[in-house]
Amino acid sequence: MSEVINKTVDEATQVAIMDQCPTADVPARSPLAHQDQSSKVAPQNPGVFLWEDALKTHLVLRGDANNADFRQGIEAATGLDLPEALQSTQSDDWALGWIAPDEWLLTGPGDQAFAMETTLRKHLSGHYAVINVSGGQTLVRLAGPEARSVLMKSCPYDVHDRNFPIGKIVNTVLAKSQATIRRLGENDWELVVRRSFADYIWRWLMDASGEYGLHLGQPDAATAARQSNPSRANPVEG
Amino acid sequence: MFYIYCPYCGEHREEEEFHPKGQAHLARPENPDECTDEEWGNYLYFRDNPRGIHHEIWVHAIGCRKFFNVTRDTQTYEIKESYRMGATPEVTHANDPLS
Ligand SMILES: [Zn+2]
Repeated sequence: MSEVINKTVDEATQVAIMDQCPTADVPARSPLAHQDQSSKVAPQNPGVFLWEDALKTHLVLRGDANNADFRQGIEAATGLDLPEALQSTQSDDWALGWIAPDEWLLTGPGDQAFAMETTLRKHLSGHYAVINVSGGQTLVRLAGPEARSVLMKSCPYDVHDRNFPIGKIVNTVLAKSQATIRRLGENDWELVVRRSFADYIWRWLMDASGEYGLHLGQPDAATAARQSNPSRANPVEG
Repeated sequence: MFYIYCPYCGEHREEEEFHPKGQAHLARPENPDECTDEEWGNYLYFRDNPRGIHHEIWVHAIGCRKFFNVTRDTQTYEIKESYRMGATPEVTHANDPLS
């Protein structure tokens, strides 16, 4: 018995990483797959655009922000700085948002979860965690000149410019559920919602957007240019 | 409706993001096997019910999900301070063992 208990275990062998999407033919459905996500009759001048950024990679990162090795490991693996409280950082493909003093959410292209998790584990050591939660939540996007009005109706948090600048990320109450709200641009918001509440929140947002003219789907290129938000592409200042 | 300062988020948030978790600064007896039943019973079941200053635990449940302490006046409901776990309160009453 004793030799079993005292057996030294290689730390690396204790982690089982699984590719949750090994091949493209494995069917995957977003929690909003059953919703008709395209406007059949779009309003002339929509105040709100609503769409789902479905099947993205969602990784929860845990670790000590004061540990230089952890910070550098995250930076090396993602190319993104570890954001300070209530802030987010962003590259072309990936976004890293602060959730708690020892927790961050990394979102990016849906087919790269396994590759990114492997890279992160290569760069991190010691006391940390990387958890693939892609199946547990989804991204809902809210844009347009009245997007903020919809949020004002739906959550108790102050979404005014002076309290919610571009790049800020906040975990708060949304409708009678909760969401992680991140501001991507002047009129551009991203909501992280739980899988089991996605349907409820989607229907809530559709209802709340009705009075402003709702377009289900992304703004087309022309509309996007008209409602442009120049800071969208820039990484967020800390 | 409380407007509570979360010492981890560094912001005031609406009360509905939080849950109260009872009296703060309860020390578990060092060696439960050597406690009297009365000592263990007091630790497990008995709580202060002061009129005035009360130190209590809250959790930022729909936020950063961290536990922290609040000093609150039970008479006026005024929240005097929020402070992190492990810190000592600045506001105490005359007979407060923490003062
Ligand atoms: Zn908090």
